Amino acid sequence: MLSKLGIKILGLCFGLTLIGLNLSARPITIVYWQYEFATKVRAIDELIKRFEAENPDIKVIHETFPYAAFAEKVAAAVPAGVGPHIVNLYYGWLPAWQRAGYLQPLPEEWFPAQEIESEFAPLVRAAKMNGQYWGLPTAVRTLALFYNIDLFEQNGIAKPPETWDELIDIAKKLTIWQDGTLVRAGFGMAPDGQDHHLVREVLIRQFGGTPYSEDYRQVLYNTPEGVRALKFYTDLALVHKIGEPDFPFPGVAGYYREGFNAGLIAMIVDGSFAIGTIQRGARFRWGVAELPRLTPDGERHNFASFWMHALTPRAQGAELEAACKFLKFITSPEAMELWLQMVGELPARLSLLNRPELLDDPIYGPFMRALPYSHATFFVDEARQRQIMIDAILRVIRAGVSPEASLATAAAEEQAVLDAFWGKR
Amino acid sequence: MWGSKLPKFLFWIYLYLLVLLGAVIMVFPFVWMFLTSLKPLPEIYTLNWWPRNPTLANYYAVLQTYPFGRWFLNSVVVAIITTISMVLLSSVTGYALAKLDFPGKRIIFVGILATMFIPTELLVIPWYSMSVQWNWVDTYWGILFPGLIHAFGVFLMRQFFFSVPNDLLDAGRVDGLSEFGVFWKVALPLMKPALGALAILNFVGNWNAFLWPLIVTSRRDLFTLPVGLAMFSGEAGVQWNLITAGATLTVLPTIIVFLVFQRAILESITASGLKG
Amino acid sequence: MLSLSRRRALWAYAFIFLPLLLFAFFRVYPLFQAFHLAFGRWHADPGQRTFVGLDNFRRLFGDPRFLQALRNMGLYMVLAVPGQVILGLALALVLNALPRGRGFFRAIYFLPYITPAVAISWAWSFMLSPHLGVVNRVLRWIGLPAQSFLTSPAQALPTVAAIVVWQFIGFHIVLFLAALANIPKELYEAARIDGASAWASFRYVTLPLINPTLVLSIVMATGSPTIGILQLFTQVLNLRFYDPGGPVGSTATIVLYMYQVGFKRFELGYASAIAVLLFIIIAVITLIQYKLTARRID
Repeated sequence: MLSKLGIKILGLCFGLTLIGLNLSARPITIVYWQYEFATKVRAIDELIKRFEAENPDIKVIHETFPYAAFAEKVAAAVPAGVGPHIVNLYYGWLPAWQRAGYLQPLPEEWFPAQEIESEFAPLVRAAKMNGQYWGLPTAVRTLALFYNIDLFEQNGIAKPPETWDELIDIAKKLTIWQDGTLVRAGFGMAPDGQDHHLVREVLIRQFGGTPYSEDYRQVLYNTPEGVRALKFYTDLALVHKIGEPDFPFPGVAGYYREGFNAGLIAMIVDGSFAIGTIQRGARFRWGVAELPRLTPDGERHNFASFWMHALTPRAQGAELEAACKFLKFITSPEAMELWLQMVGELPARLSLLNRPELLDDPIYGPFMRALPYSHATFFVDEARQRQIMIDAILRVIRAGVSPEASLATAAAEEQAVLDAFWGKR
Repeated sequence: MWGSKLPKFLFWIYLYLLVLLGAVIMVFPFVWMFLTSLKPLPEIYTLNWWPRNPTLANYYAVLQTYPFGRWFLNSVVVAIITTISMVLLSSVTGYALAKLDFPGKRIIFVGILATMFIPTELLVIPWYSMSVQWNWVDTYWGILFPGLIHAFGVFLMRQFFFSVPNDLLDAGRVDGLSEFGVFWKVALPLMKPALGALAILNFVGNWNAFLWPLIVTSRRDLFTLPVGLAMFSGEAGVQWNLITAGATLTVLPTIIVFLVFQRAILESITASGLKG
Repeated sequence: MLSLSRRRALWAYAFIFLPLLLFAFFRVYPLFQAFHLAFGRWHADPGQRTFVGLDNFRRLFGDPRFLQALRNMGLYMVLAVPGQVILGLALALVLNALPRGRGFFRAIYFLPYITPAVAISWAWSFMLSPHLGVVNRVLRWIGLPAQSFLTSPAQALPTVAAIVVWQFIGFHIVLFLAALANIPKELYEAARIDGASAWASFRYVTLPLINPTLVLSIVMATGSPTIGILQLFTQVLNLRFYDPGGPVGSTATIVLYMYQVGFKRFELGYASAIAVLLFIIIAVITLIQYKLTARRID
């Protein structure tokens, strides 16, 4: 039989327990969005599992959507006050999304700029706007030359090309034309694939030009060097006839890569994100080489890009804290190791990038070695700027316009785009 | 005339050949798509027509990787409900616009028609904010509400109702039917072909709707078929073997619906009840 | 005691009450909301959206890509509207006349309309590939020169228009079959007895009686969101996914540009301005078409 005091004490304990349970039992929920890509989805799921184990008071909901319509979902969700706290986006979309109010900057306390700049690969600087960082990547990608070893050997070619002239010679040996029909291309041309990056950041520089000013606000490629670079690329189709755009199947996503996998193209320039697709699809031995240069000791250049995790305005207060914790977790060295294993993309941290086993790896090596000499174009309107370069190339190849005229048109349009963006802030 | 000069038999042969040629052109890409769905991924880019070892593996993959059955159900529910709503509401409105006189008729018709002239891509933004506000996100209602009525249905029914002779309607009125009775018992039964056409076209339109269902749902199990199908493409490479398999599965129900409806409804009506 | 016409009018209002409510709520109101955006600068936070008046429209008139899309729309219309309507009607007449196999052929002709755009666009890209596609193989086999189809700025738009006609013709066939089913057989009998030729009976019996459907078909083929050529988007996007509207913008459409502006650049204000202009264009063209083709049936 309990005394009155006893009952009171019991009641108090009970009440306190309830309060205690309530406080610790309510987890903070944050939502993470990325587009649907099997390996990335699995990697994030695994990271979430580990994160939640370390942080039992935070729950991360992972939602994915078809790549084709990912931006639309974000476009509709954020203004409606719903949607993700953290969103994964292509770094090139940053200016447009930021200006439209879809992102918030990474809090300085959590992600000091100095720390980022000393620990991450320099190209991550493309995530900086107005002096603040708006996102961080787990992985980065560069370009390299994929080549068909079996085809090479069958035609007595011992090693991949070091220079562009060598590439042309090899490609000529491997290209097959039959009665005006291209049956096999020595080099896969894809202006709407990665080749517009190739012209913009690699060829123009290798030919002695500069694509943009340091701050990427001025178009500087409309010079004789730039024209020579464009002409070199378009000559591959028009003069050397070692390939052409839209081969083998126009319009189909990744057509040049599929053509490579099918053995219809001997060499393509592609990003490290293509490794998985090629591994699964190619039924022959294939290799990877660093992008060729103009002369045996000429300059090397490459284009690097990344998808980054960023915060939306929805993340506030406790959720902002939780989101920052998660962000730090998925950009930690351990996360990047896991990402490399599961997704096959290069880590974004300098400490992991200089490991000998990666640098010497036959597949990853060429991509890794390219990082120090890679440039990540700071796009303000990625879709449009990309289109401008694609059109510049196709005007020459398909519409008979001269490289000078085509490049001039492109430069004028692109400068107008840049001016419009930087003019109105 | 040329029709009577040629032997009738030859005429029909030519006609059938023409129809057959047209049919080949119509069906060719679909056949290609279907044959592709029977090939494994690496074989897709070889140029042979027939699959070397036809396999149903793609179909299994599609059905197992994602809740295809659930998506199918979602598509069915949405398409059926919106089609019923469209048919009912459009016939009522179309009838009023065609056969009844009331002030503002012209303006209302033009207004309804004008709602078609704006791309759906833009409407999704206000629709989405509406859905968030009223908690329709991730619900069947959220997916269906834009499809409950559409200017196309009203326009179609109105045009078809013009062919109903007014005398017939007046006869009904004289017989003591209310206005609704005239509509329901006299006019509507004559509209079988129109209703059939509307049902088929609307069903297909909703079945293949992609953008809005994508925007309003986040839960994987609420996707409709087209949204689900889009999951098979990504930044690096598209799994065409799976997409073509998925597309074939998506098409089959609509073919069945079409066959059922068109046989029952598109046959010529006889003139019984209609004065010449 | 209400007059007859008053009573009928009230009935009419009763009929259309619920539909009009739905239209108002789900179509008209969002339409105004979307148009309202055209006069401002979009921002995810409603508080930070600014009013810019007619600025977006001024920008549009100087925007080379928008102007190119406009020019393309004219060409698309000329090719695709007559294509869909005339071929659709012709095929419906033929299918209607077939003594055997109508159901089968109708299903075949309807098939392109029901197949998802993404898969069908892929199939066409394959088949029309200039070097390895089957269409060019057939052309070469019968001695005609191979064509560039979707890869040449000159041929791409007509090719896309042809594919669009191919895909949507089933829609019109269904409409016209329904319209033809509504014509009492007796009228044809009467015409035959009077000695009318096939053409005359078409011109004097069929055509007038299917006029409302003809108007419907023309208007739908022009301005509707599903099959209207002025709102063409999905097919153009899927036929050339990584260079949509290409090559070199030769196949660009207004809605495609609107989509790129709104959902790649997140400039929904500018995109809404495009929608407003498109709305006006469609409205004007539809009005002209209606005036030119609609006749009363008596």
